[in-house]
Amino acid sequence: MTAESTGIGPDGVEQNSKGTIRVLQLYPRDMNIYGDWGNALVLKQRISWHGYTPELLEYNVGDEFPADVDLIVGGGGQDSGQLVIKDDLQSQAGVLTKLAEDGAPMLVICGLYQLFGRFFKTRLGSVIPGIGVLDVETHGTDERLIGNVRVATEEFGEVLGYENHSGQTTLGAGVRPLGTTAKGTGNNSSDGHEGARYKNVVASYLHGSLLPKNPAIADFLIRTAAERKYGTFTAGAPDDRYAVLAREHATRRPR
Amino acid sequence: MLYISVPLGKLVRRVSRLRGGGSALPGLVVEKIDPGFMQRTLSTLPHGVAVVSGTNGKTTTTKMVVELLESQGLKVFTNRTGSNFTRGVAAALLGEVDWRGRLRADVAVLELDEAHATHFVNRVPPRYSLLLNVLRDQLDRFGEIDKTAQLLQHIADKTTGTVVLNREDPRVARIAETLTGQDVQYFGLDDSLLSTFPNDDDMRAAPGSPAPAALPHKPAADVVLRKVGPDTADFEYDGATVTTAMKLRGVYNIFNAAAALTLARSICGGGAATADHATLLTALSQVEPAFGRGESLTVDGQPLDLVLVKNPSGFRLGLKSFPAGGYATMIAINDNYADGRDMSWLWDVEFDSLRDGGVDQLTGSRAYDMALRLQYDDVRIGGVQPEIAPALAAFIRDAKGKPKRIFCTYTAMLAIRRELSKITTVEVVS
Repeated sequence: MTAESTGIGPDGVEQNSKGTIRVLQLYPRDMNIYGDWGNALVLKQRISWHGYTPELLEYNVGDEFPADVDLIVGGGGQDSGQLVIKDDLQSQAGVLTKLAEDGAPMLVICGLYQLFGRFFKTRLGSVIPGIGVLDVETHGTDERLIGNVRVATEEFGEVLGYENHSGQTTLGAGVRPLGTTAKGTGNNSSDGHEGARYKNVVASYLHGSLLPKNPAIADFLIRTAAERKYGTFTAGAPDDRYAVLAREHATRRPR
Repeated sequence: MLYISVPLGKLVRRVSRLRGGGSALPGLVVEKIDPGFMQRTLSTLPHGVAVVSGTNGKTTTTKMVVELLESQGLKVFTNRTGSNFTRGVAAALLGEVDWRGRLRADVAVLELDEAHATHFVNRVPPRYSLLLNVLRDQLDRFGEIDKTAQLLQHIADKTTGTVVLNREDPRVARIAETLTGQDVQYFGLDDSLLSTFPNDDDMRAAPGSPAPAALPHKPAADVVLRKVGPDTADFEYDGATVTTAMKLRGVYNIFNAAAALTLARSICGGGAATADHATLLTALSQVEPAFGRGESLTVDGQPLDLVLVKNPSGFRLGLKSFPAGGYATMIAINDNYADGRDMSWLWDVEFDSLRDGGVDQLTGSRAYDMALRLQYDDVRIGGVQPEIAPALAAFIRDAKGKPKRIFCTYTAMLAIRRELSKITTVEVVS
């Protein structure tokens, strides 16, 4: 475990901070292929723009799982990366499940979305067990779902990103979809759903990265983390004009 | 069919050039009516076919290999237009063969796109192959880096003579483990230069931890790049180190010069006995960058550098190799098919090195994605204008009297060169 920030704000002044929010990146060494650093960076910056002090932590295979984590973010990876982390992830299933059940905010993308489910059955039939935080299952296919995606959601408005996966995920009764695809495929090629929502866990196939162009999701995660820890959340005023323009342009780009 | 395919193909080529059309159509026509054309023509070459592939640096490296071989008196056929698909090769052949389909050349050196190389090598097994690197590029086409490595493996499998591999890229170096009949040569980098090559595996790894796929022991390399000066480079081969002047800039371009030297030495029959090293080095010192790849033009009496950036490693290398100090900077990001539609890679590049001077102008179809990226790295942004022509005009106007640098994706680079050709002399590649 390494801390990139010592809890002092970017201006070096801590007394004005509304408090520290500890963000844990899961397996950044092996699960980070699609710009997943972007999600961590956006959380770090927006936490400080909202007036709190971010503390970025990493958890990699073999590390000690840190205590007092407020927000968890996990990324995508190649199939080979999933094989590297699968046993270690099982060893942390208990702590991750407990955090999720307690309402800790989490964002899991692509590969870790799949492994947060019940299992991932590869195209050749071998089964990688998941940790069962999410009532979903994933089956490997020969078809690769690739391209720009637009998702209609009730909670976060339109969500924009890019998908690139061959595993197809179906949702069980214990979760609800993040939204319905307006462009692109999403979870699988049959039901038009994208992502999964359970308590304060947000799961999605979208990278791009997801959070920069979807600050509503970033702020949901930060607000939830602050409310769990401090009982309240008071928002700052991030400058989102580039996010708004990048979203407008992204909606007009081809699949 | 044999007798009419070449004249017919040449005719289509003339007509499509008159109409200003693409370079691949005549190739497509000749492939359809005479599927054996390419294989038959290339099989006549005394030194056979050499294929250059990998995610980054194919065009510049191919150009270097061609110029090195020409310095040895060889007549070289190459696909210079950068149409690196099978039909592009067929089209280029049509331009070079005589009306009876004969190719007057000693050797063919072909740049091939990783995916299309599979089709090509299945039909024309190369005598030599040079495999440069496997970087996180075009994942929207290949899905995973591991898949790209498999494509290069296939090229090596089909090679009949010598396979030249990058010793420093574990996914490429490991290709040697499964080869049986081929001769394997490596090109390598001095340990002191490794830190200038951030790769995708150690990008987010803990400092000091080895990349997951690193080789336990480094094999000996035929040519090693030892040192890079402002306009010189030190290469070691045959047990001695030589210093040569270089017009190429950027450590990664000069590393590819080691790759080109290794391949050229193999084709010339190995060591100093058959290759004339004095002329090889003279040729190497005179190689100019391929278009858009570290090219330096002159605008308003000041240099304007074009740095092609196609993936996170390439962008990080570009920022490291061309420091921002004293330069006005523009970034042009397109997401057309040839660039890759996926924008996530911008988040795997750290832009702190631009914080001091800021970025003066952002353009391209994903200019606002780039602006958002820079905002999160606290980099000051001048103007944002997705349309390339007005953005370039504003950049040149506002940066008057200063050297300028433009980091650009592939199709943005083509558009910028088109605009620049209206105000300065830009090399025309036909």
